[in-house]
Amino acid sequence: MENMSRRKFLKLGGAAAVGLGAAVVTKTADAAQIGGSYQKDSARMQAKNWGMVIDMSKFSEESFNACVEACHSFHNVPNIDTKKDEVKWIWKQTYEQLFLDETHEHLSAKYKDQEFMTICNHCQEPVCVRVCPTKATFKNDQGVILMDMHRCIGCRNCMAACPYGARSFNFKDPRPYIEEINPTYPTRMKGVVEKCNFCAERLALGQLPLCVELSNGAITFGDIDDPQSGVSKLIAENFTLQRRANLGTKPKVYYIV
Amino acid sequence: MYKPRNIIIGVIAFLALIFFPVWSSLFTTGEAVGAEISLDTPMINAMENPKCVEDTEWMRANHMKLLADWKVEVVRNGNRIYVAEDGQKYLASLQNTCFECHSNYDEFCLKCHEYNNVSPTCWTCHVEPTVVEEGNK
Ligand code: HEC
Ligand code: HEC
Ligand code: HEC
Repeated sequence: MENMSRRKFLKLGGAAAVGLGAAVVTKTADAAQIGGSYQKDSARMQAKNWGMVIDMSKFSEESFNACVEACHSFHNVPNIDTKKDEVKWIWKQTYEQLFLDETHEHLSAKYKDQEFMTICNHCQEPVCVRVCPTKATFKNDQGVILMDMHRCIGCRNCMAACPYGARSFNFKDPRPYIEEINPTYPTRMKGVVEKCNFCAERLALGQLPLCVELSNGAITFGDIDDPQSGVSKLIAENFTLQRRANLGTKPKVYYIV
Repeated sequence: MYKPRNIIIGVIAFLALIFFPVWSSLFTTGEAVGAEISLDTPMINAMENPKCVEDTEWMRANHMKLLADWKVEVVRNGNRIYVAEDGQKYLASLQNTCFECHSNYDEFCLKCHEYNNVSPTCWTCHVEPTVVEEGNK
């Protein structure tokens, strides 16, 4: 020990640190997962960046109501009728409320009062994801903005950040307000935020979102990063509106008025 | 005043008290029994070779960890298919897989959890079969 040079001492110390580090890494790798392995369903719908075009001229009141009914009953969304406590994934808003930057005082009542289907815009630059302190809200590998309910602490930063009012907070236990619970999907609980998930659970198994299926052709769903997709073609050929494009959130729900 | 006799009695009484669980178990005869869980469900009865996702022993020890992995893989990574050690594929879903076979939540999961004094906090959201039965009555 007495003969150990400073150089030798540092070398030994370094080696020990590397060994310790390796031990920690293998240990955490061990703890990471148990049992078998995981994969995506082979039927999973493929896209780099899911987006949606809603053609309002083709949307009937009837099919709109069918969309809301199917979405809310499948996802166990409670039906609470006070404005403050209400929870919604898909709803109606007038042109004026939806496109506040594209209106003016003399706009024809025909447009002003027209009602539009509204859901989460699954923004390309999602503010909600940035402000979430627990990463409960995140963007998945297909550009869908999802919520990991297991991480939501109910801080509601995302609700303050979302310029579209697409998020609802569960002020009460939602279960008494669900007419018939769908046993194949979880409910939520008091104290978490929720919103539309582009039917991630369906896309994962090769099915289109419920509202797309029930819209009678009014909604087109596809990859907006693929110029050959149905949505890209519709956007290329028609005059389309995004909600509050000037905010820079790059919404991926487009409207043909 | 120094009274060694009292101190010794005191120490013995103290030790007897804190080791109560140890010596009391020496005098009780009953064998340790587990919770009485039931596998009597339509799905399991219909199986030729009743088997869980993984081996029974393994499941008993690790099902909580497995479910924790499933929720991360499904929700965050979009991996909805679990390939078991024997190659069999399962939809990684608490409600649609576990409860499909173990549809008797009260007689299976709950029995054992109560016995072991475990109360998972999942059922505020995940719908266990009991809730559905009650709701549809
Ligand atoms: C395909 C049907 C099936 C599915 C799916 C299934 N199980 Fe099982 N499970 C069984 C059967 C059958 C047994 C008993 C096997 C035996 O008797 O050796 C069992 C045993 C168990 C045991 C051990 C019970 C004991 O004896 O101590 C646990 C714990 C368990 N299952 C939990 C789960 C969980 C959690 C899930 C979902 C991740 C699940 N099971 C999915 C059929 C299934
Ligand atoms: C043989 C007994 C047994 C059976 C049967 C059983 N469990 Fe468990 N479970 C346990 C024990 C013991 C723990 C606690 C383990 C711990 O804390 O380390 C536990 C923990 C859990 C946890 C984690 C709880 C937490 O707070 O992290 C979940 C989730 C769970 N069980 C789900 C199930 C489901 C679903 C079933 C039925 C399909 C089931 N269990 C059946 C014994 C059982
Ligand atoms: C705040 C509500 C909430 C709580 C509490 C909760 N979950 Fe979930 N969980 C969800 C939602 C919502 C999903 C997404 C379902 C989907 O996308 O199919 C999910 C998905 C999952 C999945 C994968 C998909 C599936 O169908 O099961 C697993 C496994 C899971 N959770 C396990 C758990 C376990 C274990 C607990 C308790 C320790 C728990 N969760 C507590 C809401 C919750």
